[in-house]
Amino acid sequence: MFEVIFLQFLNGLDKGAAYALIALGLTLVFGTLGVVNFAHGALFMLGAFCAVLFRQLITLETVTLDPTKLSPWGSPLEIREPLVQAWFGDFGAVLLNYSVLFSILLTIPVMLVVGIALERGIIKHFYKRPHAEQILVTFGLAIVAQELIKSFFGPNPIPQPMPTDLRGAADIGAFLGMQANVITYPIWRLIYFLFAAVIIGGVFAFLQFTTFGMVVRAGMADRETVGLLGINIDKRFTIMFGLAAVVAGMAGVMYTPLLPPNYHIGMDFLVLSFVVVVVGGMGSLPGAVAAGFLLGILQSFASMTQVKDLIPGIDQIIIYLVAVVILLVRPRGLLGRRGVMEA
Amino acid sequence: MLTMPRNDLLLFLGFAIAVLTMPIWMAPFGAAYPDLLQRFMIYGLFALGFNILFGLTGYLSFGHAAFFGVGSYAAVWSMKLLTIDALPAMIFALIISGIFALAIGYVSLRRSGIYFSILTLAFAQMSYNLAYSVLTPITNGETGLQLNINDPRYLDRMFSAATPSVPSPTMLGLPLTGFTGFYFCAGFLIIAFFIAQRITGSPFGMMLKGIKSNQTRMNYTGFNTRPYTLAAFVISGMYAGLAGSLLAITDPLAGAERMQWTASGEVVLMTILGGAGTLVGPVIGAWLIKYFENIFSAINENMLARFWDFLPDGLDHAAVVVSAKFVGEGWFLTLGLVFVLIVVFLPGGIMEGVRRIASWIDRNRKSTPKSASPKTQPAE
Repeated sequence: MFEVIFLQFLNGLDKGAAYALIALGLTLVFGTLGVVNFAHGALFMLGAFCAVLFRQLITLETVTLDPTKLSPWGSPLEIREPLVQAWFGDFGAVLLNYSVLFSILLTIPVMLVVGIALERGIIKHFYKRPHAEQILVTFGLAIVAQELIKSFFGPNPIPQPMPTDLRGAADIGAFLGMQANVITYPIWRLIYFLFAAVIIGGVFAFLQFTTFGMVVRAGMADRETVGLLGINIDKRFTIMFGLAAVVAGMAGVMYTPLLPPNYHIGMDFLVLSFVVVVVGGMGSLPGAVAAGFLLGILQSFASMTQVKDLIPGIDQIIIYLVAVVILLVRPRGLLGRRGVMEA
Repeated sequence: MLTMPRNDLLLFLGFAIAVLTMPIWMAPFGAAYPDLLQRFMIYGLFALGFNILFGLTGYLSFGHAAFFGVGSYAAVWSMKLLTIDALPAMIFALIISGIFALAIGYVSLRRSGIYFSILTLAFAQMSYNLAYSVLTPITNGETGLQLNINDPRYLDRMFSAATPSVPSPTMLGLPLTGFTGFYFCAGFLIIAFFIAQRITGSPFGMMLKGIKSNQTRMNYTGFNTRPYTLAAFVISGMYAGLAGSLLAITDPLAGAERMQWTASGEVVLMTILGGAGTLVGPVIGAWLIKYFENIFSAINENMLARFWDFLPDGLDHAAVVVSAKFVGEGWFLTLGLVFVLIVVFLPGGIMEGVRRIASWIDRNRKSTPKSASPKTQPAE
């Protein structure tokens, strides 16, 4: 029984990690700029498609015909050689294999630019407007982003291979000194969890231990006073928006081998992430992370057959149910500060 | 009706005439066929009801499609179990969606602002997920609920023998196909418009507008606002249920995707595009979206090539490639862009644009500056 519970716990971790990463970005934007960003899921999706684009670029091939050899159906043999392999040799092969990891290098600058452009271009004008209008404009932006992606990459999911060495499962049970082959866990999911932990830790460390982070935290607490002290807080908040976009984008990139991305993957995650943010408490970063993992794990437990037999359909609605209960019983969420968006 | 202020009466009559003559004046636009006109009526009704909640009270519901879907299911079940007649189906749909809205509204309205949006969204997603999975016996899951030759139809059986084929919905024996179906829906849209107009002008409607302007102040004045918002929520849920039942009657098939949150988003788009808080705006928004959905998604590259033919070679090809992204499959991109522009530059929607133009003309004529109408803020 312990093994079953432990396994479900592990299963919840990777989804929880994705929720936590998206919710972290959402909360960063809300806490700094006070904007309810419905386009955040679209940023996740854009990140995922950075990986797709990167892979499409590095798998560009040269096709040469070799007339001396014939293919089984009689035409001259086509020799396909990926350009990267021609240019970089063995390194090209590595690049192809680990394309998901390398595409992060493309994702970071792209998402930073996208995020900052979005903030400076449109969202900037909505600080003083009511939350309902912020929701509407970011919802519109999300539609635009997802339709653009659809028109360039098509409506179907595009599977992304994971690196060959990282396929298969790790025997965590044996590693922890338990019976072998009872608790196995796909390596990539483990990597995703560790990656999320590093990113989350990095964001917290950045906010906690750097001067920039200190100013941002001060600005979150009292924006006007920080501004009066002669600090250009708007500029820092813009950078924080870019950072939130990068976090969402990286979460998207690393998720591609687990779930082939299509244009509405962001929307699917967004609804859940909003629920996560609300459960964790609007504006609370630790709350967002904790609620992300909590809900991921809860969802994993709810999809156990034993639980489903007991309460049919619970796996479909558990997250929303938790959100409703939390909102009604404790409106500021699990770890929300008193007075922040408490209505 | 005689007690109505003259302007309201004129607006109502104008609206009714515009709706009833639609088959005539839509003809030059290529939209005068009953199937599309019916959808104009149905989504107009949906947006009209959504506006009673969002436009008057400022509560932004992101789960209104749930009531639309429930209305569809209720109507189809009534046609399966009781009778193929449309009126019982609609009454049944109204009751069921009203109860559903009462339950969801009672819980969701405990919170306001973004929390209210998320609560309604959560309930709608729960309904959608359940309709797809566990509730398959009721909703028929992915296939969608439809009429069947073996349906019991107890009321019909009492009066007549079973028909050899699947019957199509009627109203008091009148088959609702073609333009009859359109006038059937149009009648309900006009009635619904009349009710919405009366609500807006009534003390109850003033109360709702007061809630939108400043709910806290309303509370301090001694009003308990909860019953008013709940009433508005239930009314607008019943509008959505009625619209859903009309859709099920004109096309007897109810699917779960009608409840998905993208469908809720669509009605929000319609209302904002037309102008939230105005009576005619949401209906016009719904018409525009449905019209362009129909027209834009039918345009293909050949038509574009003919359109851009006047450009020099090469350039026309580029124009075709670029504009092809915005039509056909990609028409939603156009919608998203238009929507963003509307929210940024014209938060009051098309109706505010009309008002601005009207006051601009007015000013030019009299050359005396006239103050714009006061803008109300939604409840926070």
